[in-house]
Amino acid sequence: MELSTPDSDQRAFRNTGYGLRLVVLCILSIAVMVLDHNNEHLKSMRQILSAAVHPIRLIIDAPFSLGHWIGDSAATRDELTEENRRLTEQNLIQSARLQRYVALEAENARLRALLDSTAKVSGRVLIGEIMSVDMNPFRHRITINKGSNDGAYVGQALIDADGIIGQVVRDQFFSAEALLITDIDHALPVEIVRSRLRTIAMGSGDLERLTLPFLPRNADVVDGDILVTSGLGGTFPPGYPVGIINKISGDRGEPFLIVSAQPAASLNRIREVLLIWPDPDAAQRAAADDQDSPAASLPDEASGEQP
Amino acid sequence: MSRHSAPHWPVWLVLIGAIALVSLPLPGFMTPFRPPWAAIAIIYWVMMWPRVFGVGSAWIIGLLLDVMQGELLGQNALALSVISYLTLRFHLQIRIFPLWQLTMTVFALLSINAFILFWIDGVAGNPPAGFARWTQVLVGGILWPPVMAIMDRIRERIENRSSTFYVPR
Repeated sequence: MELSTPDSDQRAFRNTGYGLRLVVLCILSIAVMVLDHNNEHLKSMRQILSAAVHPIRLIIDAPFSLGHWIGDSAATRDELTEENRRLTEQNLIQSARLQRYVALEAENARLRALLDSTAKVSGRVLIGEIMSVDMNPFRHRITINKGSNDGAYVGQALIDADGIIGQVVRDQFFSAEALLITDIDHALPVEIVRSRLRTIAMGSGDLERLTLPFLPRNADVVDGDILVTSGLGGTFPPGYPVGIINKISGDRGEPFLIVSAQPAASLNRIREVLLIWPDPDAAQRAAADDQDSPAASLPDEASGEQP
Repeated sequence: MSRHSAPHWPVWLVLIGAIALVSLPLPGFMTPFRPPWAAIAIIYWVMMWPRVFGVGSAWIIGLLLDVMQGELLGQNALALSVISYLTLRFHLQIRIFPLWQLTMTVFALLSINAFILFWIDGVAGNPPAGFARWTQVLVGGILWPPVMAIMDRIRERIENRSSTFYVPR
């Protein structure tokens, strides 16, 4: 370590005005924070900055993607045969289920027509990958590699094969930030399948647990009840699995039960997510926006899209 | 006069590398042990090259960190500019400290950084980070001597290489 260097000369350094600079930047930081806290004001600034740091994200993500790619490439023939067999089997089972589902959907549409209510059809979906970039470790947030360029929007629901994962909270050009359902700030309108009781599932800050704090003591809820999205609030389309109730307790004096549920999706192991456009009109608009994008939409039979 | 002629871009690479290290995925149980790399790098370079790196560059690095981490925009920017100011203000004293005293100073600076972040979280109504933020400070302080040795190597290489270009023959 050098003790005395020309540029650390006290006289030369005295009047550079760094104290003033600190005051200005502090005020600027506070102004930016206040504006950002009220969310929408600095959206474009954040989008531009996020595009600027996107290369860093790609560089961090690269070794992990490479690892996955090598893992896939180095799989032996036997493993691939085995996986292929398993997937074929799964495909067969699900096709069989889907046949029944088509019949049920038709029947449902017929019954709804009798009741004069419109059937809800799920719209377009898009597969996004979670980038291996850690966000603030104290929040349950993820970065996905699809952004507003691909049509993602704030409030969009994310699902995987097992159930609801979360929703997009910030759409940037090439990536989007999503809040998981277990984040402590997240609340999700749910319905208990068995009793059709509607309530709210809140995040607990623990990836394995959701809490349902608003169930009264006489609520019809038992261990093992399945929770699905109720579709209230409009963010999440109805009927997607959310979790399974695994703990019910409550003191006699308390007005509400303490109920917790295990999320249906294994939130700490996901790599791919599905972005869904629940509103068919919005889906068509988004599809029209980027028709030539190859990953833009799954085939119709997979997404259940209807013209 | 080497450091006036030394190129700045390698140091920016180091600082951006520090941001990348903060965002590098680690298993969940490692979270409390991830040091605040960006703050450590800023302290070092402001201390060593005070004419080049100061409050402004710390603010920019903080803003980039905020975007990477998806936090309130300006949170890390404010914290890093405050600790860079303190480093700048006292860099002549800090530099001649023996290593243990320097480590203690860095420890104090990182605590101030963590405290500002903690405080802003509280004001903005974000959920508190809890104990992990302070164990990160501890780990950062413990890692200071080896990190400083590595940074010294980098700095010497940058300064020496550039001086060979400018030495009149």
